[in-house]
This record gives sequence, structure tokens and C-alpha cells, in this order.
Amino acid sequence: MAHFEKAKNLNEWLDQRLAVNTLKRVLNTEYWIPKDINFLWAMGMVLAATFGMLVLSGIFLLMYYKPDTNLAFDSVNYTIMSEVGYGWLWRHIHGVGASIVFLIIYIHMFTGIYYGSYKRGRELIWLSGMALFVAFSAEAFSGYMLPWGQMSYWAGMVITNLFSGGSLEAYGLVEWIRGDYVPGDAFLTRFFMLHVLLIPLVIIGLIVLHFGTLRIPHVNNQEGAEIDFEEAADLYKAGKKKESKVIPFSPVFLSKDVFVMGVYFILFFYLVFYNFNFAMDPVNFDPADGLKTPAHIYPEWYFLWSYEILRPFGKDAGLIAFGIAQLALFFLPFIDRSPNVAPAHKRGLFQVWFWVLLVDMIVLTAMGKLPPTDPTFAMLGKISAWTFLALGPILFIITMFEKKIEKGA
Amino acid sequence: MKEKEKGRRDFMGMALGACAAVGGVGALYAAKRTWDPLPSVKAAGFTTIDLSGAQENVLVVEKWRGKPIFVLKKSADMKADERDVVIGSDRFHVSIGLCTHLGCIPAYAGEEKKFKCACHGGEFDASGHQVFGPPPSPLEIPPFKIDGTKLVLGETGPEYQKMLDAGLTV
Repeated sequence: MAHFEKAKNLNEWLDQRLAVNTLKRVLNTEYWIPKDINFLWAMGMVLAATFGMLVLSGIFLLMYYKPDTNLAFDSVNYTIMSEVGYGWLWRHIHGVGASIVFLIIYIHMFTGIYYGSYKRGRELIWLSGMALFVAFSAEAFSGYMLPWGQMSYWAGMVITNLFSGGSLEAYGLVEWIRGDYVPGDAFLTRFFMLHVLLIPLVIIGLIVLHFGTLRIPHVNNQEGAEIDFEEAADLYKAGKKKESKVIPFSPVFLSKDVFVMGVYFILFFYLVFYNFNFAMDPVNFDPADGLKTPAHIYPEWYFLWSYEILRPFGKDAGLIAFGIAQLALFFLPFIDRSPNVAPAHKRGLFQVWFWVLLVDMIVLTAMGKLPPTDPTFAMLGKISAWTFLALGPILFIITMFEKKIEKGA
Repeated sequence: MKEKEKGRRDFMGMALGACAAVGGVGALYAAKRTWDPLPSVKAAGFTTIDLSGAQENVLVVEKWRGKPIFVLKKSADMKADERDVVIGSDRFHVSIGLCTHLGCIPAYAGEEKKFKCACHGGEFDASGHQVFGPPPSPLEIPPFKIDGTKLVLGETGPEYQKMLDAGLTV
């Protein structure tokens, strides 16, 4: 048995057994964050907090939700909404949170792209982040099935149909995924399992990995400057806080985060209490009916851009384009050939590329919401889909010719 | 001695690895089978429809594997079609009631003898052929077997096989 001294207080007692002081130092007080950052660097912790809200509200919903095709709709729309005390609160937090979390994910992603935070040692941060995006998408989709309304049912029908692979006609695979010929009881219970257990476990694991990938390359900064973290940390620890280029994660950086979170949660709870309807599709307040298709089926806003890449092409070409669009962003660190880690406004053509990408995704999102019948909008959707697909090769070419920026010049 | 020890450890590692691999493959197979449609679901994949009571030009909508099935007894003035299900002297149009454009369910307009889809204006005649709008192909015919005056959906009978071979449905 190892030797233990009698502890003087609780902290020492814990430190002897769990090394809490070392943990605190390594994870908080001596985990260094550059000073040269702005509020966009708080989005990571905002996301973590939003995920926390989703887990918390989900726990309460789980107590009354019934994963059965005969009971699910009423358990949500009647039991939770009008019988359970404050049931509406959990549902609205969960619905609003699921929608807003994607807005923050997109801001977080575009911040990373703008400042080149996926390059030179930070590739794994990007890759684990993209894996999180996929896991959150799966979580959102599986959760959307649970109220078992018309949109749940038909979204489940359409999305699982994608796995038939167009002309491959792999209906066996589709039926295997559903456990039925159409979305039914087996389908609902397995997506319930995925939503409340398997995918959240994966998400938590990926969040740990995502934090881990940050540790060695450290967080990027507004100029993409290379910082000697040890030297800067020594300065800080020596009391020269002004001269040092870094601050500790906790309590200094976290206090900035907490401020941004405070502003964010004011907006968040404004939406939860006064404007939750945007996250509740009216069509989904009709119970699922396999014999009646809603007139116009569309996904939630955060999937519209990829939906619009699927739609303007034929069945097979659409699927291929859709597949490429889903995977393309993963490869960003390897498509970008430029040696510069710098904000977009210092990278010439890359800045143009960045804004074209952002605007293109917004246009795709807007077009994806419209019915496919208007020829002008259909054409606009098609052009923006092609633009999205072309942006990959274009990035490869423009970054190959990008001039190296001399640092310190 | 050391070499020997290493050899024994390697052997134990490999033995464990081999057992784990076999177990892993077994577990994967079990997981795959657990996700398969249940026997009860598969058994419910067959629907029997009695056609003896059908009236001319009145659409009957049945349900098979969760999908709507159109059954329309043709009247004498409707054109015969090679996609018709013929029982005795009666001709029936039987199809999966999902528009081949985007999967909406068309409605039957009896006086015009047409199926009309509300979503994007597609129209089909009483034999299920697309006659207007965006649908790319005729209404699909479900697998069927004729059993007296009854129709078993989900089973492939010789009449359905013939239609399939002739490329009249997919």
C-alpha cells in the first residue's frame, strides 16, 4: 500500500487520492489560451453549454415519452405539453436547443475556416469537429422521428430511402434499416435507442477527443501567429501578465466565455419562452399517416443546404452530389494547399472564396425551403449547387498559388 | 528463459485475439439479425383483397406494407391494358398509389376517369399511365398472385411475373 499522510483539509485529502491539484493545473490554470482572440472563440464553450441544456431537458422528456407508434404522438403533444408540470419548458428548450445548436455549429465552423484554424497541426481539430457535426446531424434526425408526426414519418421515409442508392435499388438495405417495409414500430424504437443512448455516447466521446486535439497545437488566434507557449506561460506565471501573449483557460478565458454565454442565453431563453414556434413545424402536429403525404416535404433549416444539393439533379446524380457535399468539408485541411495560417482577409483570393462559400450556403438554404415548382428558383438552386461542388477544386487551385506571408513583416 | 516467457505471452495474446475476433464476428452477425425485420412484420407483408364485391369505376384503397394500394374495377368503356389484372371477364387496375414523381398519393376523379396528384399536378389514366405533368413512369404494380376472386399482394404469381418480364412495372 502506498504511503498516505493525514490530510489537513478536504482538498488535500482529495489531492492525495485523485491528484485534483494536478488535474486543475493541467486542465485549467495552466492550459494556455492566446490573448489575441475575439468573441467567436467562445463558440466552443457555448456549444458545450447548449449540449448540456439538450441533455438536461432530454432527461425530463425521457420520463414521459413513449416510443410506440400508437402512443408517441400523444405522449409528446398531450402528456408532456399539457399534463406534465412544466413539460412544455423541457420540450421548448429541447426543440429550440436542437435548432440553435446548429446555428452555433455553423458559426464555429466558419470561424475555423476564416482564421485557418484547421491547418498545420490543427487538422485533427477540424476532423474531430466534422465528426461531431455528423454525430449531431444523426442525433437531430433521430430525435426528429420521436414525436411521430407527419414530418417525422415522411422525413424518416425519405431519408431512409436515400440508402436504396438510387438505381442500385437496395431496398433490402432500406428495409433492414427500418426493420419494416415502411417506418413503423421497430423503426421508432431503434431510432429512440440511437437518440437517447448510442449517439449521445458517441458525441460525448467525440467532444473529449475534440478537446484533446486542441491540447498540443493550442487554440488559434486572430493573426494565426505562432506563439511560443512555454515562454509566454513563464512570463505569465512570473507576474508579467501584460507582456505575456497568453492567459490561462480558467479562470481568465472562461470568464470571457461566461460573458458571451450570458448574452447567448438571454437570446436562447427569449426564443424558448416567446418564440419557440420556429423550431416546431406545424405539419408535425398532425399524427403520422402512411396513407397521406404532406404537400411539401422539407427538412429543418440546418439540413436545407445539403437537401438543395440533392434536389436539382436526377436521382443518381443527385445522390452522388449529395454524397460529395457531405464528405467534402472533411477534406478541407488537405484541399487547402497554402502554407499560411492567417485570417482570410490577409490571404487574397481565399477571402473571396470564403465569402462565396458562405453566401452560396445561405442561398442553398433559402432555395431548399421553397417548393421545387418555381423554375427561376429551381435554376438558382441548381446554379448554387454547382457552385458548391466547384468550390473544392477552386480552393485547391487558388491556395496552390497563394503567396507565403512573411510573419513579422 | 526470457525468450520463452515472451513466446508464452505472445501466444496468450494471440489466443485471446483470435477468440475475441471470432466472438466479434459472431456479435456483429447477431447485431445484424437483431436489426432485421421481425417475422411478424414480414408475415404482415402479405395482404389478401377480395375483388368479388368491387364496383365499376369506384376506387378502393387498400393498405399493403404501409403503402396505399389502388384497386379499380374497369368499366366497359375503359380501354383494356396489358397491365390489367384479369379475373374471369372482369378487368382491374391494381397499383401502388404513390405518384412516381415524388411519392404523393393521387386522388381518383371518377367522372374524368383519371388519377390526379395534388402535389405537382401529375395525372394518370385509369390504367395508371402518366398522361400529364411531371411523373416519369406509370404507377407501379405491387407483386400479386390471383387466388380465385382474391388477390394476394406480396406474392409473385405468374401474371405478375409476366408483367415484370415485359418491363411493364419495376
